[in-house]
Amino acid sequence: MTLNMVMSHFYLVAAAVVLTIVIGVPLGILAYFYKSVRKIILWIVEVLQTMPALALLGIIMVFMGAGKPTVIIGLLLYSLLPVVQNTYIGLSEVDPAIKEVAQGMGMTKLYRLWHVEMPIAFPLIFTGVRIATVTSVGTAVFAAFVGGGGLGSLIYRGIRISNMAMILSGTFVLMVMAVGCDGIMSYIEKRLYRRFSPAKPYNE
Amino acid sequence: MIRFEHVSKRYGDSLVLDDLNLEIATGEFTVLIGPSGCGKTTTLKTINRLIEPDKGKIFIDDQDTSQIDKVKLRRSIGYVIQQIGLFPNMTVEQNISVVPKLLNYDKARCNEIVRELLALVNMPYEEYAHKYPSEMSGGQQQRIGVLRALAASPPIVLMDEPFGALDPMTRRILQDEVSKLQKKLNKTIVFVTHDMDEALNMADKIIFMNKGKIVQMAAPEEMLENPADDLIRSFMGKHSIDNESLPQTAADFMRSDIYSCYRNRGVREAIQQMARRKVDTLLVKNLDETYAGTVSIKNIRNHGKDMKTIEPLITQENAVSYVDEDAQVCFDKLLNGQDSYVVVLNHDQTIAGIVTKTSMAKSLADAVWGDSQ
Repeated sequence: MTLNMVMSHFYLVAAAVVLTIVIGVPLGILAYFYKSVRKIILWIVEVLQTMPALALLGIIMVFMGAGKPTVIIGLLLYSLLPVVQNTYIGLSEVDPAIKEVAQGMGMTKLYRLWHVEMPIAFPLIFTGVRIATVTSVGTAVFAAFVGGGGLGSLIYRGIRISNMAMILSGTFVLMVMAVGCDGIMSYIEKRLYRRFSPAKPYNE
Repeated sequence: MIRFEHVSKRYGDSLVLDDLNLEIATGEFTVLIGPSGCGKTTTLKTINRLIEPDKGKIFIDDQDTSQIDKVKLRRSIGYVIQQIGLFPNMTVEQNISVVPKLLNYDKARCNEIVRELLALVNMPYEEYAHKYPSEMSGGQQQRIGVLRALAASPPIVLMDEPFGALDPMTRRILQDEVSKLQKKLNKTIVFVTHDMDEALNMADKIIFMNKGKIVQMAAPEEMLENPADDLIRSFMGKHSIDNESLPQTAADFMRSDIYSCYRNRGVREAIQQMARRKVDTLLVKNLDETYAGTVSIKNIRNHGKDMKTIEPLITQENAVSYVDEDAQVCFDKLLNGQDSYVVVLNHDQTIAGIVTKTSMAKSLADAVWGDSQ
């Protein structure tokens, strides 16, 4: 195992997550704004998630050939569900009273989205990103089968030459990565929730 | 001035606003009140076009609001709702600055506005400006809600049951604050409530609605004196003044469940009666039932230990009134004299009852608040 392998694994996950945010958040906003496309968008991301990761990568490889882009696109499609869904839910669940006041004060739809609804939904969206990141760390192991590199190749090689130490060390590093990502992001998430905890009126 | 001309709104089968015509003068505090579903909130929301009427027109200063851009219109009208709706992701300062920012005021001016407004409600800028809504109590939050609506100095402010979710104490304080602000800043306020207390406390004009129509539009005094129908009267409840039932004579105020003893009774018996009834004086009557006077425990203690009957101890110093005497005269005797009660006599000199300070207060309370049960 080399540092190179770890870095390339990280690269796959990071690239996929960034793309997931860039594509998933707008899809969630579209689903929130337009009832007509809502069902389709939510249905597609759900179906993508139900496909076995290996099969999904195989299908993409048919079109894109082997290599890192195939892996990144596969991870992206696989990660869309939590991000799109949480964006949609986060925006829909903003207190209707807050939406009404924003409208009544003369905010346009986009201004309201950007200055009120997105900030309030942000912690939930971040949760979606965290889930996507942690699952991607595990799923990226399949990159080895489509020539994407990463820690998957180490484990794959270990299996082929029946080297238990090699398998275990790869698995261990993967687990540390997953737990580490989860821990750091959970910490940020908690702080976000505390900061944005919605105003609850209480009696003096 | 806000003017409604033949405004109607229908949701499915129900007519929420039924050919509404009304005028709200500039600088006036107008309260819309009525049972739930009467159309008061709908009326309010048609003013800033959160709800569009099916028919009819609404004018603000003779300008048809349907011809004004919705967003522009709303920025020129303050809006406060029951759920407060402060933006939880923004500080107090940012919340108050929302509309000024929408109108592209510069930063210095926004800050100046925030400082001025916070000073109006005695919330120090240093202490509150950087707090988040979740760090404040409901009353403080709604104060900010009101300030936020005032930030860009809109001539009109709409308030939809703004104090409905607050406890009675806080509600009362905020009512007074808003009344003061309105007088000071000379705003036209349209205020929805279902609380008649609140309406009477704050309004220059009350508009009572039912089933999408205006039942009565009048100043609070006028509505108290001449409620247009039984529904309004029931809303007024304890406030309605019915002159005919106002107590007028001493008899209306007296307690008649009193004890009196004959003048030939023994001293010991009198002391026992006082102890049993927890009083310090007894009313004494002659054998023919007419009033003889009173005897007090003090007198008994000073002189009466060795006397057989209470007869020599009776005094007639206690204030006396007659059943048909004017209540006011009777109260004067009670309040100006030394005695703790006034004895009320019938015209044949028999005892009818007594008026104490407690019974006076209770009768007055009954008259003002209706039957206290």
